[in-house]
Amino acid sequence: MRAARPSASLALVKAAGWGKGFSILTRITVMAFRHPWQASLAIGATLVASAFQLAIPRLLGQAVDSTQGVLSGGSEGQAAQDALLTTALLLLGASVMRGLFTLVQNYFSEAVGHHLGYRLRLACYEKIQRLSFSFHDSMHSGDLITVGLLDLEGVRMYFSTALVRMVLLTVLIGMGAYLLLSTDLLLGLLALSFVPFVGWRSSVTQLRLRATWLELQERLSVLTRVMEENLGGIRVVRAFAAQEHELAKFETASQSAVELAHQRVGIRVANTSAMTFSFFVAMGLVLWVGGTKVMSGEMTVGTLTSFLTFMTILQMPVRQLGLMVNAFARASTCGARLFELLDLDIAIKDDAAAPELKVTEGTLRFENVRFAYPAADREDVLVDLTFEARRGETIGIVGPPGSGKSTLAHLIPRFYDVTGGRITLDGQDIRKVRLQSLRRSVAVVQQDSFLFTTTIENNIAYGDPWAKEAHIERASESAQLHNYVLGLPSGYDTVVGERGVSLSGGQRQRLSIARALMLRPAVMVFDDSTAAIDAGTEQRIRSAMRRYAADRITIVVAHRLSSLMNADRILFLEAGRIVESGTHAELLALGGRYKALYDLQVRPGDEALSA
Amino acid sequence: MTEQLETTRDDSRDEERRPPRAVVGSHRIEEEIFGKVFDTNIIRRIWAFVEPYRRKIYGAVAAVLAFTAMQLAIPLIIRYAIDHGMKPGTGGHALPYIMAAFLVAILVNFAASYLQETLVGSVAEDVLFDIRRAMFAHLQRVSLSWMDKTEVGRLMSRLQGDVNSMQEFLETSVLSVGDITLLFGIIVVMLTLDFKLGLLTLSALPVLFVVRLFWLPRARKSFMAAHETNSIANGALAEAIHGVRAVQGMERQSVNFTLFDDKVRANLKTHLTAARYAQVMVPIVDSLTGLAMALVIVVGGARVLNQALDVGVMVAFLFYIQRFFDPIRSLTLQYSVMQRAMASGQRLTEVLDVPVDISDAPDAKTLSADMDGSVEFRDVVFGYNPRHPVLKQVSFRVNPGETVALVGPTGSGKSSCMSLIHRFYDVQQGSVLVGGHDVRDLTQDSLGRQIAMVLQEPFLFTGTVLDNIRYHKTDATRDDVMRAAQAVGAHDFIMRMPDGYDSVLGQRGGNLSLGQRQLISFARALVADAKILVLDEATANIDSYTEMLIQKALVKLLEGRTGLVIAHRLATIREADRIIVLQNGELVESGNHQELMKNEKLYAKLYDLNYSSFDDIPEDVIDDAMTRPAT
Ligand SMILES: Nc1ncnc2c1ncn2[C@@H]1O[C@H](COP(=O)(O)OP(=O)(O)OP(=O)(O)O)[C@@H](O)[C@H]1O
Ligand SMILES: Nc1ncnc2c1ncn2[C@@H]1O[C@H](COP(=O)(O)OP(=O)(O)OP(=O)(O)O)[C@@H](O)[C@H]1O
Ligand SMILES: [Mg+2]
Ligand SMILES: [Mg+2]
Repeated sequence: MRAARPSASLALVKAAGWGKGFSILTRITVMAFRHPWQASLAIGATLVASAFQLAIPRLLGQAVDSTQGVLSGGSEGQAAQDALLTTALLLLGASVMRGLFTLVQNYFSEAVGHHLGYRLRLACYEKIQRLSFSFHDSMHSGDLITVGLLDLEGVRMYFSTALVRMVLLTVLIGMGAYLLLSTDLLLGLLALSFVPFVGWRSSVTQLRLRATWLELQERLSVLTRVMEENLGGIRVVRAFAAQEHELAKFETASQSAVELAHQRVGIRVANTSAMTFSFFVAMGLVLWVGGTKVMSGEMTVGTLTSFLTFMTILQMPVRQLGLMVNAFARASTCGARLFELLDLDIAIKDDAAAPELKVTEGTLRFENVRFAYPAADREDVLVDLTFEARRGETIGIVGPPGSGKSTLAHLIPRFYDVTGGRITLDGQDIRKVRLQSLRRSVAVVQQDSFLFTTTIENNIAYGDPWAKEAHIERASESAQLHNYVLGLPSGYDTVVGERGVSLSGGQRQRLSIARALMLRPAVMVFDDSTAAIDAGTEQRIRSAMRRYAADRITIVVAHRLSSLMNADRILFLEAGRIVESGTHAELLALGGRYKALYDLQVRPGDEALSA
Repeated sequence: MTEQLETTRDDSRDEERRPPRAVVGSHRIEEEIFGKVFDTNIIRRIWAFVEPYRRKIYGAVAAVLAFTAMQLAIPLIIRYAIDHGMKPGTGGHALPYIMAAFLVAILVNFAASYLQETLVGSVAEDVLFDIRRAMFAHLQRVSLSWMDKTEVGRLMSRLQGDVNSMQEFLETSVLSVGDITLLFGIIVVMLTLDFKLGLLTLSALPVLFVVRLFWLPRARKSFMAAHETNSIANGALAEAIHGVRAVQGMERQSVNFTLFDDKVRANLKTHLTAARYAQVMVPIVDSLTGLAMALVIVVGGARVLNQALDVGVMVAFLFYIQRFFDPIRSLTLQYSVMQRAMASGQRLTEVLDVPVDISDAPDAKTLSADMDGSVEFRDVVFGYNPRHPVLKQVSFRVNPGETVALVGPTGSGKSSCMSLIHRFYDVQQGSVLVGGHDVRDLTQDSLGRQIAMVLQEPFLFTGTVLDNIRYHKTDATRDDVMRAAQAVGAHDFIMRMPDGYDSVLGQRGGNLSLGQRQLISFARALVADAKILVLDEATANIDSYTEMLIQKALVKLLEGRTGLVIAHRLATIREADRIIVLQNGELVESGNHQELMKNEKLYAKLYDLNYSSFDDIPEDVIDDAMTRPAT
């Protein structure tokens, strides 16, 4: 099975149709309702709160009318006073209740969102940790971070900003319209005349903003990449005095983003001011027509007041229609990307009933192994590789750049799966055993190793955080790091900077060797991990390691032949094939490529250079 | 006993799921400092960025005021309409005039809101990009010693999160001008309309303030906690993404998951607390609104009944009350935005204020391309931490056209020497001369253009192979690029890639082998066409045969150029005109191959023994040559 190619498909998502969007929203809704009582409370409270909300204009209208009754020569003063008092109390009660239920509504809808976010974050983290190397090869880390932060946020906000708001708006606008229209049809129509306009306008605008938002995100991610690579590669930038060049790159990326941002401001502003204007026009119409009606006695001032209050109450939700549309659109695009990630098949994982790896006699065997990277449809990187290594043996590997040495090393712990043939450890196909047990038995000191921003001690103990202190020191001693660390002001508590910038190349490599030694694996692979270490230090590392060598298989990739000379077998790799193999002496006798390398390294290269 | 330690893992591992020595993400305390709400110094700094757009800002403030005035006017107009425009039987002469006034008001409102939002929105965007540009440009100049100490992730959050919150700040501060005006406007209007009723209504205010007094500090703390736990969790996620290969290689997934769970759980908890604090104000404000309206209805209504008050005034009051709490509510929101913005502003100014330790002297000379290409170290003393020198009294000279090699044990200061030639850092004592000039007297730009470097860590940019090799020399032709690639033996594998020179490299060149990355960064240095070429273990990850081919090709390319080469493989540097042996930051010997042989010191011993490298050397020789703990 080949790994998915997410970077391509993640980009496709925005073209996804309505049907897909709907199924994504359903999925989020279902997830939200996994907290059933919180979600139901939120929605129930929304209904109650909007009912109280709608009661308020009525009460205000009543209050005004009670005062008008006397003016127009109606009932006596005391009754009116009483009526006012009752209305006031009712109003106070309605306000308090509205507040309380709004609290419940807001709190629980946020709570649902946060719980949802919590679960999604964990799922996302776990997925990212487990996805195989080929996935991470194909995906820029910045894009992955965007999914884990921004997209996740979009999904998290769905419940409160889209779903609950939709309930609220439906009730408010629907009930409000009913109340208005049933009181006075003409005036009701006038009062509501701005609703369709604003609803339509703001939805269209939000969708447009949404579309440009995606575009903006894309431009911003280019900008981010420019800045991030500039800062990460600052030494290269400085070394080439390329600041101007970098500033120009920044300027281009920045300019294209800022232009779009300005456009978006334009779209947004045109919309909001038009919406407000249409609202006030409707209000003016109500005032005018209502005023005429009041004059002709068809209507009371109180009713007019309640109409106007209704309108102010409706103004907010109607404007929020746009936001709601936006939240739906956002949740569906963000959700599409997030779920795409969460649903990805992990290319390399355990079979259901995979047994533990049992290392007994300790024999590693490559049988006709073939491999091609899934990312590009390129030729095979490894072709028909066959060799065997037993416990206690050391296998050396040499070869020109790109011949497949690191690839070979990465196949043993199953960072990638072979595309042909098989690799076995004590007769067990490594694809048939539990991944965790395999990786515990195989340690690879990677060619460009990543150090974590934490203390030297934590870095060494990374693979075995339960380790005893003595143990850490021993590993560090074997890697010839101990003395250096002791010389540091804070010793093992020194925090190494990002990617270990404050260490020299060799110190960094020794740290990653120490880290791998902590694992005490059955198979130990050094992928060119002493290139930046002088031969003297390397010699000491090797003699320190001779102690454990009897118990394990050691595979050493190196370019310095002195690192390999004592290996039990040396494989010369070229274009993914083993072209020579044998002991140092055998290979010298063979007089082939290995011999040529040897001559170059041991004898003065004059002839070679002048040849 | 010790043997057992080495061959068995400790069994305690699965009992306690949170191991003692494990963390995910780095907790960065200083991120979490929240600023004062108002810090004049920071305001001044931010104002400097807004200053160029001050006309627009003034315009926006004027528009906000006009807008607010209209918001105040509209209930008043309604009041007039009710009291004077629609008295039954008056014939309604006043109504058309009132409606005209209303129309004017809403037109002004429309124009003002349009103007204000456009102006503020576009200025905020511009300022955002300006600040970001200023920071980015500044970061191009600050010294590497500062950059070494600062994580890229942290700088990125300055350039993004903090800059964004400045944008938010600008938008809100203009709005809050409107809100404050509205608040005072409403108070004034209510008091003028009817003093007693106004006072009565305002009596709700002190209650609110007292409540706020208790609420604010607690709420603030909870908001901060939520913000803080959030950035911690995000940092841990970013680390998982960047370090995923190491994580999988060492099977840390389950431990990390547990640790991450702790962080996200903490984040959930703080967010729920913050939500409680944020929402508890809602019923309080609503109740006070209700109370104020009830008071107006009871007291005002009674006076309307007694004909002591126009009903329109009462209606206007009811409208004002509904609006009254809006600005208070949004001011509260803006308060926390401001607070966050001040903290961000603080962090931004910190970056902007990082002193540029290494800058061009006022009378700096330009290093011209026809300088002789010599390099000289005179009694150089240098340490990343001045108290712990890494280089001690190092002196040597590289003559024009010479190739000189630096050898020495790891950590002995070779790469540091190279950084000094380029003036990545300034020496503490002595001086470094290039082309006969102290590097401190030259412009950095011209210095950089005459020195091409292949760094120990190859770094490639996202983009095509062609762009990477060409890098800043945008006028280099495809032929130049191909020639350089051929010289370093990269041409063949590049041509095997799907799109040849136009193939896009993955992040940091991840779809190439390390040796291939090194070759490309080597080719990049050749295209730069500089007088001095510095190779810091440029061929460490490349086999000797390929290396020999490169050396052959370079012979012609490097004619008349000065070369400085670092290597651990002695075969690499045997051909050098001179070899300098560094140990622990001190120059222990130097000379060409023959001279060093005559010297009969370390180099000669090694050579006599016919060792290819410092390999299989008797222990005492190693001890001789080996590192004392380097600092
Ligand atoms: N940016 C830095 N900040 C602080 N200390 C540093 C920094 N870079 C290097 N060092 C320290 O300075 C000393 C010399 O480092 P340098 O990189 O010059 O060694 P080197 O000779 O190049 O070693 P290697 O062969 O391992 O690359 C080391 O002890 C290292 O830890
Ligand atoms: N992640 C990847 N995706 C696609 N192709 C890759 C990837 N990694 C390596 N390759 C290609 O596979 C081939 C073998 O690479 P590999 O890293 O195994 O070489 P290597 O022998 O380790 O070389 P070096 O000595 O330079 O480290 C190269 O042509 C390289 O370009
Ligand atoms: Mg490799
Ligand atoms: Mg170095």
